[in-house]
Amino acid sequence: MRKLKKSSDLESLRKRLLAARRRIRSTIVICGGTGCQASKSPEVIAAIRAELAKQGMERQVHVRATGCHGFCEQGPLLVIEPGNLFYCQVKAGDAKEIVARTVKKGDVIERLLYTDPVSGRKVRTEAEIPFYQAQDRRLLGRNRSVDPCAIEDYIAAGGYSALAKTLAGIKPEKVIAEIKASGLRGRGGAGFPTGRKWAECAEEPGDEKYVVCNADEGDPGAYMDRCLLEANPHLILEGMMIGAWAIGASAGYIYVRKEYPLAVRHARIAVEQAREFGLLGGNILGSPFSFDVEIARGGGAFVCGESTALMASLEGKVGEPRAKDIHTVKDGLWHKPTALNNVETWANVPAIILDGARRFAAKGTKDSKGTKIFALTGQVKNTGLVEVAMGTSLKDIVFNIGGGAKNGRAVKAVQTGGPSGGCLPVDRFDLPVDFDTLSEAGAMMGSGGMVVMDEGTCMVDVAKYFLGFLQDESCGKCVPCRVGVDRLLEIVTDITEGRGRREQIDLLKDLADTISVASLCALGKTAPNPVLSTLRYFPEEYIAHVDHKKCPAGVCKALIRYSIETDKCNGCGSCLRACPHGAIYSGKKKVHVIDDKECQKCGICVAECKFAAITVN
Amino acid sequence: MTELDPVLKGRRSQPHLLIETLQDVQELYGYLPEQAMNAVARELGVPLMEAYRVACFYKAFSLKPRGRNVFTVCTGTACHVRGANLLLDQVRGQLNIEPGETTADGSVTLKRVNCVGACALGPVVIEDGTYCHHMTPGKLRKAIDKSRGKKKGARDHA
Repeated sequence: MRKLKKSSDLESLRKRLLAARRRIRSTIVICGGTGCQASKSPEVIAAIRAELAKQGMERQVHVRATGCHGFCEQGPLLVIEPGNLFYCQVKAGDAKEIVARTVKKGDVIERLLYTDPVSGRKVRTEAEIPFYQAQDRRLLGRNRSVDPCAIEDYIAAGGYSALAKTLAGIKPEKVIAEIKASGLRGRGGAGFPTGRKWAECAEEPGDEKYVVCNADEGDPGAYMDRCLLEANPHLILEGMMIGAWAIGASAGYIYVRKEYPLAVRHARIAVEQAREFGLLGGNILGSPFSFDVEIARGGGAFVCGESTALMASLEGKVGEPRAKDIHTVKDGLWHKPTALNNVETWANVPAIILDGARRFAAKGTKDSKGTKIFALTGQVKNTGLVEVAMGTSLKDIVFNIGGGAKNGRAVKAVQTGGPSGGCLPVDRFDLPVDFDTLSEAGAMMGSGGMVVMDEGTCMVDVAKYFLGFLQDESCGKCVPCRVGVDRLLEIVTDITEGRGRREQIDLLKDLADTISVASLCALGKTAPNPVLSTLRYFPEEYIAHVDHKKCPAGVCKALIRYSIETDKCNGCGSCLRACPHGAIYSGKKKVHVIDDKECQKCGICVAECKFAAITVN
Repeated sequence: MTELDPVLKGRRSQPHLLIETLQDVQELYGYLPEQAMNAVARELGVPLMEAYRVACFYKAFSLKPRGRNVFTVCTGTACHVRGANLLLDQVRGQLNIEPGETTADGSVTLKRVNCVGACALGPVVIEDGTYCHHMTPGKLRKAIDKSRGKKKGARDHA
């Protein structure tokens, strides 16, 4: 029996696990998150394991396949403990050398080290990499010490002690007071104070209550929650257990996107293991507290990230939101009081209970406490997950951590907050990132997506992209959102296709106002943000499209034309082979020509041409 | 349908498990066949109309069979600014199908997804469950040709 019947069982298990670990000579940590898996890390893990077995070292050297370390661009990532030697872009073929040289003899393999793109210097440990240096990785930093499929790893790293501490003697109202004192606000984007939500839910009468973990991270360009759930599912479970104890719930749900298969799998394994260890089920750790969690997969509807739509979906219904005149803390899942929080919010709970609210609140700004994880992506050198204290400036994130724009171009803007957020121009990059400042600037911190855009991005096209997304994802229940977003998209499409008129810009603003006032849920209320923010900060781009019928970034197809410069083309034929529309013709070794009638302006030829002979005008 | 038994096990007469059940049916067949829809609605105790309403609302479900190979192009913001549209154009030009459609010979289905959370590696295409990162139209063209069993060099503009 592995069941832990009281908190001292948990402590003695931890001691046994740590003692067993002391016998291991070293540990090879390999990232197995979705990003690194795409870069073939499972092959690396298998090759390292096989090589260790071949050399008879599998007992002395432990291989730990972990979740995401955050620096996805450089994957697969490998760290060797002790010493924290950091290798990146490791291939299965490197396994033999890593075991023979680094593990056995302690040699460093130069070619696998990370090269700092700024100084050109080879770097040996994560701590020396600028991408990590400027971060404050309280949540993400824990991923490295845990194999998400092994509850023992989590326990050995101090996991479930916050739960044990809570059950051993912190009354629900004290838990809520602690969360309130920490100033924790909802990480899903709305920033509602978590302690207040719990308090309202706890006050409701009745003993049938629910906690829900919102892992339906639909914002395109954001993957913080995927990473946390994938890499450290027990941390989320522990947070939910503490929350359930505080509000008096006995059942919980994790609603996770089906598009995150690894997160679904790891969450399921974690729930099973927690049940096996008696951390979920009846009378947890010998206390009167009973609690269990179920996993539900989302059906690929963006609107289900909205709390009432999510709850409808959990009930097996179409995911349509309802008016929130009565809050879900009173009338939630199956009309019972429900506390719904985002993955990252739950993840912050155990540390607040264990280390105290004061430590959590020491970081951040006056009204936004703690750290926040951002998904830094787009046209930036270092892409990946970034965790910083609230209030860090956009400049620090994009330039110090992200390393600035790729390919020698200039950064133009950063898009924050997904489809509900907005685009901020580079001259506003000194703004501190927190819940309130970005909203005042017309963007939104949102759940933490941060997409960097450079000169090659057309801001009108970006607005069109988000409107297209929202039109597709609007559930259709309320008219302002269903019809309004459709009309916004129609007008912006006119502008990008050269049919724009000046008065349409005023109409856009007018419509945007109506939609944001009259829509039922946050999807509709915030839908105009991408248009409004681009109009506010990049009016000249709209004018260029409307008045001069030009797309300065060379993106909007109807306003551009591709041609091949005769003096640069040497007739190699790559563009001709690449063109999926058969629009390029020529004889062998002759200068190629683009047929304007056939050309669909997809730009594939530009990407294929090695001589930069194809231009856009 | 005996194949459905494991999917329905433990879910009978529990209408709230409709979405979870349909997810498993979708995984089993690659779409939601009519017979399976009837069986799921009957066994869970959901009106057939409601089952279809749910099936049509969520993007995870398809009422039409998919092709032998499924190419899913991620069109999340990060992939979009790195040229995901070029990838869609590539497939449109190469196979003459739109997202959600399958080629007439049943070889390829093109899908688009709003974000798979591998944003750092964009643009991303998922070929039958395998994530392919930093995709280019050229790489995609070759992958599609390969999946259709075409030899190198053979090309068509459908």
